Amino acid sequence: MADIQNNEKSNKKGKTKKKDIHIDFTPMVDMNMLLITFFMVATSLSKPQTMEISMPSNDKVSEYEQNKVKASRAITIILCAENKIYYYFGEPDYNNYNSLQETSFNENGLRSILLERNAEVVAKVEALKQKKLAEKMSDEEFTKQMTAVKEQKSSPVIMIKATDDSNYKNLIDALDEMHICSISQYAIVDISDGDKFLIKNKETMGELSKKIDNSKINNAIIN
Amino acid sequence: MSKAIVKRKNTRIDMTAMSDVTVLLLTFFMLTSTFVQKEPIMVAIPASVSEIKIPETNILQILVDTKGKIFLSLDKNQDKEDVLKKMGEQYGIRFTDVEVNKFKLIKSFGIPIGYMKRFMALKSEEQDAIMTSYGIPCDSTNNEFKEWVRNACLQNKDLRIAIKADQLTPYSQIKNIMKSLQDIHQNRYNLITSLKTVTAQSSRN
Repeated sequence: MADIQNNEKSNKKGKTKKKDIHIDFTPMVDMNMLLITFFMVATSLSKPQTMEISMPSNDKVSEYEQNKVKASRAITIILCAENKIYYYFGEPDYNNYNSLQETSFNENGLRSILLERNAEVVAKVEALKQKKLAEKMSDEEFTKQMTAVKEQKSSPVIMIKATDDSNYKNLIDALDEMHICSISQYAIVDISDGDKFLIKNKETMGELSKKIDNSKINNAIIN
Repeated sequence: MSKAIVKRKNTRIDMTAMSDVTVLLLTFFMLTSTFVQKEPIMVAIPASVSEIKIPETNILQILVDTKGKIFLSLDKNQDKEDVLKKMGEQYGIRFTDVEVNKFKLIKSFGIPIGYMKRFMALKSEEQDAIMTSYGIPCDSTNNEFKEWVRNACLQNKDLRIAIKADQLTPYSQIKNIMKSLQDIHQNRYNLITSLKTVTAQSSRN
């Protein structure tokens, strides 16, 4: 493993013999490689990311206390089976099946709709980010202004309603879109019978709204 | 003519540099990586663009598989001990010290409380095999999951709840869990995701 070689050339005139000491590092390398392999297999480098979410509390809130959202600001997104998404703006129109529109998780699907609706805030957020990049702002100032921009009165309010057939990925994707489109106000809401009716109506191309007397539906929804 | 003697040359490769490199790599891996947690089920977590890292301590992780089976894991042994004792009191089961110590060794647990005593008596290999077929019950008639989380949050005030669910878990199962958490006034929690590739973000700019 470790050996000492006499250097023949320097063996002149009683000079002190120079000794070359060689230590063979091969076993050391072997061992290190083994350890590296073990660490690569048994550990993970990436830490998982997380999304923070706050749900509304379960306590009963009286009608009076509830915040009513202006219809012009409200967007309802319904997540269905097989990655389908439906959406409508403001109040649902039970008579017209075309009021419920279908979209997708593609970039020119849900995202473009939300970006368009939230254009004002998105532009401001971008401007803020540019300013941040130019290093004219501290981190604290940035987050402060960011929250101020996002809490604008005109920004849309999204209600995410998931049907039982949709899966967890759909929900995460939808929440992700909120994040991307800088939407500050959104909530995961239980799906109502009215929304279920809308989906069925859409699937049958308005058959349901033809069959049922309009006044009946409206009564049912109010109740 | 003298025979040509082929001189044998001793070829040696100096491995010192190689050793330096490997030691450096080893140090890097030891410092940056964390050990993979043993989990009873494998879940494929969905991707998102969120970049918030999950804190390392004080985490109550709720693991949900595609069929909605629930497993819990706590990172502090003291919490585990306290929670098990509290649960035992609540359901009228007394756990011995041996059983409590055994419970601390289990990384994730998902066993109905009534079956817990028999489960503790098993060997650890048998426990691993049997656990996947159980899961903590979380339905309207027997919501043990709610009690576990409630007790855990009472024991450790700083505890954060993190849900790690499979992509394909039906929403009905997730809704059930969220409803249970709402019932015990735990309205803020984390959803564990993996980082989505850059394509999604670059298209924005």
